[in-house]
Amino acid sequence: MKIAVLADIHANLEALRACLAHAAREGATQYVFLGDLVGYGADPVACLGLLADHAARGALLVRGNHDDAALGGLCETMNFVAREATYWTRAQLGGGERAFLAALPYTARRDDLLFVHADVNAPGKWNYITSSLQAGRCMDAAQATLTFAGHVHHPSLYFAAGSGVHHFQPVAGAPILLTGRRRWLAIGGSVGQPRDGNNAAAYALYDEEQRTLKYFRVPYDHLSAARKILAAGLPERLALRLHRGE
Amino acid sequence: MESTAHLRPGTQFAAYRVQEKLREGGMALLYRVAAGDGGEAGLLKVPKLEFGSHPACYAGFEVEQMILGRLAGPHVPRLLASGESDFGPYLVMEEIAGKSLAEFAAGAPLPAAEVARLGVALASALHDLHRQEVVHHDLKPSHVILREDGRAALIDFGLAFHGHLPDLAEAESEKPLGTPAYISPEQIAGVRGDPRSDVFSLGVVLYLLATGRLPFGEPTGMGGLRRRLYFDPLPPRRIVADLPEWLQEIILHCLEVRADDRYATAAQVAHDLQHPDQVTLTQRGRRRKRAGPLVAAKRWLAALSAEPPPRRAPTAHLALAPQVLVAIDTDSDSEPLFQALRDATRRIVGGERHWRVSCVSVLEPSLLTEQEDGAEIMRGLHMQRLVELHHWAQPLGLPQERLRFHVLEGRDVPARLIEYARASHADHIIIGARGSSGRRRLLGSVSSRVASEAPCTVTVVRVSHSAGMNTESADA
Repeated sequence: MKIAVLADIHANLEALRACLAHAAREGATQYVFLGDLVGYGADPVACLGLLADHAARGALLVRGNHDDAALGGLCETMNFVAREATYWTRAQLGGGERAFLAALPYTARRDDLLFVHADVNAPGKWNYITSSLQAGRCMDAAQATLTFAGHVHHPSLYFAAGSGVHHFQPVAGAPILLTGRRRWLAIGGSVGQPRDGNNAAAYALYDEEQRTLKYFRVPYDHLSAARKILAAGLPERLALRLHRGE
Repeated sequence: MESTAHLRPGTQFAAYRVQEKLREGGMALLYRVAAGDGGEAGLLKVPKLEFGSHPACYAGFEVEQMILGRLAGPHVPRLLASGESDFGPYLVMEEIAGKSLAEFAAGAPLPAAEVARLGVALASALHDLHRQEVVHHDLKPSHVILREDGRAALIDFGLAFHGHLPDLAEAESEKPLGTPAYISPEQIAGVRGDPRSDVFSLGVVLYLLATGRLPFGEPTGMGGLRRRLYFDPLPPRRIVADLPEWLQEIILHCLEVRADDRYATAAQVAHDLQHPDQVTLTQRGRRRKRAGPLVAAKRWLAALSAEPPPRRAPTAHLALAPQVLVAIDTDSDSEPLFQALRDATRRIVGGERHWRVSCVSVLEPSLLTEQEDGAEIMRGLHMQRLVELHHWAQPLGLPQERLRFHVLEGRDVPARLIEYARASHADHIIIGARGSSGRRRLLGSVSSRVASEAPCTVTVVRVSHSAGMNTESADA
């Protein structure tokens, strides 16, 4: 079975639709959404509607920090822009959407695959995995051959070796055989708010039979997504960010 | 899980039945297996995963599993199956029929023509590998099999590097990866992924085949390994007195210490070995002794301050050294078309540093050349064409050592051009579109057939009407 793993959608409907269509063309039959379904983007309700349909058909979803924040709390750890976006998002959500988000687990498991938004080590602490050391701790806590994480918005692949944990910068579209007896941590990049200088949406596709992982970049109508952000009165910086991919 | 020691003849393994154990190396076991379901027989490889075995054993196996699955073509074994079984991880690959290059090496020194023949096969196989984004990093005679059709196949990819895959081999070792006698200077420094590292090892293999000796011996320690960073090998002609200068030139060009001073691609080595008469001889070919201690000291100093080279994918290295073929019909092409062909050539080689341009023309036998003294006439025409090719290239003002000139013979012009493009691993063909002559209407267009059948990119050059060309010039 081919599993499409989509992280950090951030209420970007255009990007989500483009990635789902791409994944369907690539033969995906199972979907996993790695949290931060909402926040920043202008389409939280439409995105959650689409995701609820997928959940009803068996997709796995986990909770991200922005999903958490959309439900309430002080969000004092967030910067000004993120906080503005959170308050705006809260005002959009109805009871159904809130219940959907509140039911999301921190992690999900499927055979020897583990899915988490930020870091398995302390899923509710929302640590960023930006080093091999942190990646190693995350893999240790996961106790899985392959862990998928989001949160950092940069596509990456970490693997454990005799000499420690190593980082690999994936090449879009190139299949990587994930050999058994070794632990891997895949960060597919962000669907709805790429930040690595490339404004195309990012996601990963894992082929269970072949044990191959592919990273994809999907160009989408970021201009419409940005226009909606401006029209909604969200901070201008969020619109600009989609255009620049940073 | 059962131990791999249980794999005796007759054991059923995944979809295969074990026939015999072929080899037990330090890292893996190799068996010949037959497919149970009438499928293809092959070689089964299982890593040694016993207690106490080094993790690198498994990494080498994983690398081979990952990379073989991404390779295709006649120069590598096909991966038939891989995965996990009751006995642990395994892979089954094609068994390549042929003779190991090690058997040829045992008979060295070999005649220059034989060294060239084997060298062309090996360099072509390497270039094909590099084009698929892979650097072998452990090239030596025992890792090369000569197929019966003369083509070479490379085996054992346990230390290989793929530009689009994580480098598991490097991650398992802090020591230089490779075989000490064949390893390149940059590999000793831990730099991986440069196709020119394989060109260096190719030079070691050619040296061995031509002289019967290894240029740097078989060092065991790090000090011995690093000697090749500062000291030249003994010139091959000091060992085999009648070894031609062109062969020494090619071998020592492969063995340059700095990767930038070597051949940029294995394709260029193959091309030179195929056309010794076109090799530009330098002091390398004529050298009678190694460089003195002063040069060694200079290299030592340079190595101290050397910046690590920029990291590039193997194919990005190749892109810096395109092989360009310009097809020129000096009989029918007109002056404006010659000029347009030169302009196109300049544009295409413009930014690249290590390109090579082959100027090629095909001579068609005619009634005249089929009479009694035809051979004599043909020789004359051949020489005339060659002179015309040089005349065409002269205004380009390009360095001589980057140009090659070839007059081919044959009636089927497009077929000859395509054959040449294949043999020289051309990346780009530039060819002129001729006007609608009666001859063209009769025989079809050469450029359109080349464009549709060539193994690479083709640029068809057409002169615009205002430049005074045939106003009826039609599609290529």
